[in-house]
Amino acid sequence: MTPLTQFGGLAAALLMFQEAQGSGGVWAAFFEAHAAQLGSYFLLVALMLALYSFLAGVLALFGRDSLSERIGETARRAGIAIFFLVILAGITLVTAAFQDNFSIAYIFHHSNRDLPVAYKFAVLWSGQEGSLLFWTLLLSTYGLVLRLRHKTDTRLFAHASVIIAAVQIFFLLLVNFAAHPFAVTEGGIPADGSGLNPLLQYPEMVIHPPMLYLGYVGFTVPFAFGLGALIMRYPGEKWIHITRRWTMVTWAFLTIGIFLGSHWAYNVLGWGGYWAWDPVENASFMPWLTGNAFLHSVMMQEKRGMLKIWNVWLVFSTFLLSILGTFLTRSGIVSSVHAFAQSSIGTWFLIFLGLTLGTCIFAFVKNRDHLRSEHRLEALVSRESSFLFNNLLLLVLCFTIVLGTFFPVLHEWIVGSKVTVGPEFYNKEAFPIALLLLLLTALGPLLAWRMTSVDSLKRNFLWPALGALAIFIGLLIFGVRPWQDATHFYSTMAITLASLVIFTIASEFIRGGRVISRHSGQNLLLSIAQLGRRNTRRYGGYIVHIGVVIVFIGIAGSAFNRNVEKEMGYGDKVQLGNYELVCRSYTQEDKPNYASEWAILEVFQNGKQIDTLYPERRFYKASQQTSTMVANRSSLKEDLYVVYEGLNQDSGRPIIKVYINPLVNWLWIGVITMILGTVMAMLPNTLPSPATAATRVQTVPVGAGD
Amino acid sequence: MWTMLKSSQFRSPWRFAQMAVVMLATTLFMGVGDEARFRKLGHQLMCVCGCNQILLECNHVGCSYSDRMRGELVEATDRGDNDDLTLQSFVQKYGPTVIAVPSVTGFNIVAWIMPFMVLLAGTGLAVYVVHTWRGRPIPALPGGIRPATGTDLDKFREQARSETDL
Repeated sequence: MTPLTQFGGLAAALLMFQEAQGSGGVWAAFFEAHAAQLGSYFLLVALMLALYSFLAGVLALFGRDSLSERIGETARRAGIAIFFLVILAGITLVTAAFQDNFSIAYIFHHSNRDLPVAYKFAVLWSGQEGSLLFWTLLLSTYGLVLRLRHKTDTRLFAHASVIIAAVQIFFLLLVNFAAHPFAVTEGGIPADGSGLNPLLQYPEMVIHPPMLYLGYVGFTVPFAFGLGALIMRYPGEKWIHITRRWTMVTWAFLTIGIFLGSHWAYNVLGWGGYWAWDPVENASFMPWLTGNAFLHSVMMQEKRGMLKIWNVWLVFSTFLLSILGTFLTRSGIVSSVHAFAQSSIGTWFLIFLGLTLGTCIFAFVKNRDHLRSEHRLEALVSRESSFLFNNLLLLVLCFTIVLGTFFPVLHEWIVGSKVTVGPEFYNKEAFPIALLLLLLTALGPLLAWRMTSVDSLKRNFLWPALGALAIFIGLLIFGVRPWQDATHFYSTMAITLASLVIFTIASEFIRGGRVISRHSGQNLLLSIAQLGRRNTRRYGGYIVHIGVVIVFIGIAGSAFNRNVEKEMGYGDKVQLGNYELVCRSYTQEDKPNYASEWAILEVFQNGKQIDTLYPERRFYKASQQTSTMVANRSSLKEDLYVVYEGLNQDSGRPIIKVYINPLVNWLWIGVITMILGTVMAMLPNTLPSPATAATRVQTVPVGAGD
Repeated sequence: MWTMLKSSQFRSPWRFAQMAVVMLATTLFMGVGDEARFRKLGHQLMCVCGCNQILLECNHVGCSYSDRMRGELVEATDRGDNDDLTLQSFVQKYGPTVIAVPSVTGFNIVAWIMPFMVLLAGTGLAVYVVHTWRGRPIPALPGGIRPATGTDLDKFREQARSETDL
């Protein structure tokens, strides 16, 4: 049933609603009977409002009189109303999941009666139609915040609101006509649903997609500001300050989303890793990289009025890549464990991508003279250059990932046959670039704006370099052999360069802290804390860098992974590293939603029992699919990661796979550090206490160290 | 051979012990080599069940493809087939997508060299941009102030750092 044909039934539904008032049970029954109609209605009205918001908004932008202002205000209010309608549609779908309303095809395909309550929320984003509705909902939420904050800069926000409305039209068209979440089940209403994908029945899955989507969708806002500012030839750099804040928030959400996804993959997929360079993983990484590049290069524009064209295109590319990533997931053109079924929806995305790119190019060509640089770049050894090369490396990394992801499709078009581009390709291509990026991260903070003398660089770089050299020698002493193979080489270099970054950042903190300590008389630690509060953006940024290098250290540990697989009966033992696992028992359990079997394994280290692990395998009844629940004993040094792989079909004996994965915990600690640093960078600075110069100096504009 | 063994220089128990050690070591190292080759080749192949995982990382117990493919890989390494022959036999049987990465031949070379070409071209472009920008005139500042450069700039920075809080 299409939304339009449901209009007729709506009048009858409203009459029933009047009759149903006064009784909660009847209310629920009414809702259950008419959820599809209500949901469709909400989405259709939201689409109409989005169209109005866009058209009236455009009309208002052309005029300067009070009538235009009033029309603009109605467009803004229509934009706000979209949020309420889309959230009602979302609530309708989730309520239908809670009511086991299998008359809605989406609920039938993605839920079942025995699904635990928490996962009924996850139904919203577990399938094509629901996740697009969820996307629309988040976009409406961002749109709401933007439209409520319009007084910050009325005209800029009006432009951004129109662009957001245009994006909303696209997504509302999708959920109304291409992937309708309220389509009704053909034939009779089934007694039970097909169930939620077992891989999604894990606590993190309740928050991983929302975080990831908040990141993806959020890039619409910087895009709207960027395009709006270009179209209106915005005077000054205020738009870039606003855009930077939105980008930081969005980037932080995407970071959380990506790493929650990795953590989920590590704990659920049971193959011992957290990143498989799957096309859908890559899709989330691409806008993360360009967003990251923008957060660096935006400083050039703020501080020096440079790279304006570059920044505008970085904002555009980030948004386009987030749409491209969605296209990748939705169209089914590449095979991935995450991808939705192949569908015609990809064509919609291609058209939208084409239209968006066309608009960006048109706006740029028409207004490019507005983006002229105000300053020149004075030296190759300068903070500006380091940002330039940082951007280059981030974009080459992004290009490598785009190339690897689309190469199978490209190969099929050109050569006529498919190829596989597996993790080895990305490891060989991306790691050298990532290491160069790490080296630049170490050098960057030591470079001053405009230019840095080689002497000054040598002076500041000496101690961190010696520290990194000591770490490198320490690694060799502890038995790391970089010449063993490429993986060991990359790991050694990653740890060495990571330590170099940490030492340079530490030296920056200490140097700044000493200055404050000298003037205030307080101790160094307090001075460093004060330093951070005085320039939250700079030192928050450094903390983000520390987080990144901790992540690199975690990744470097993967070169030393070990595993063993064994069929284990009662009392059988398996040895890996200095761990010995003894199988004590196997047991089974039958729950309404799934049946599970698990092993009870005692873990010994040096002859002493240190733990008991319970690796599990579940069989989900509704979907008739199995899923692993990994048992993991995690420490800073390594993870003892145990997977119950199932029963050997021939011998009937359970198969247990044991992994030792060094340094994995560092990855999660690194991410938390990155988020803390991002939050710090968004906090306002505290005012520094006034200081008096001892001698009079000529006032010369000198770049601040930011 | 037997004649050699019967000759006087091979009769001493010490010589037999040496031979036994050599033979044992050879057998052991052959085993290690096979295992290493199995792991190496197993990571160059994909499981074709649709899970999109590396053959040796496919963790679907009872997966009819990965178990069979692992068996075939063990047979090939036991037979002593070289790496190319082994991989080619998998391509013949399961198609080109069974190989985990594009080969370094034909159009595939594009995938391998493009990132580094882009990096080189980008670096060249960045250096050119810096060089061009350096050639631009220094923008005039209000009040006729000339921006400091070189050692003067370093001196002022150091002075600012030592005399102010930040």
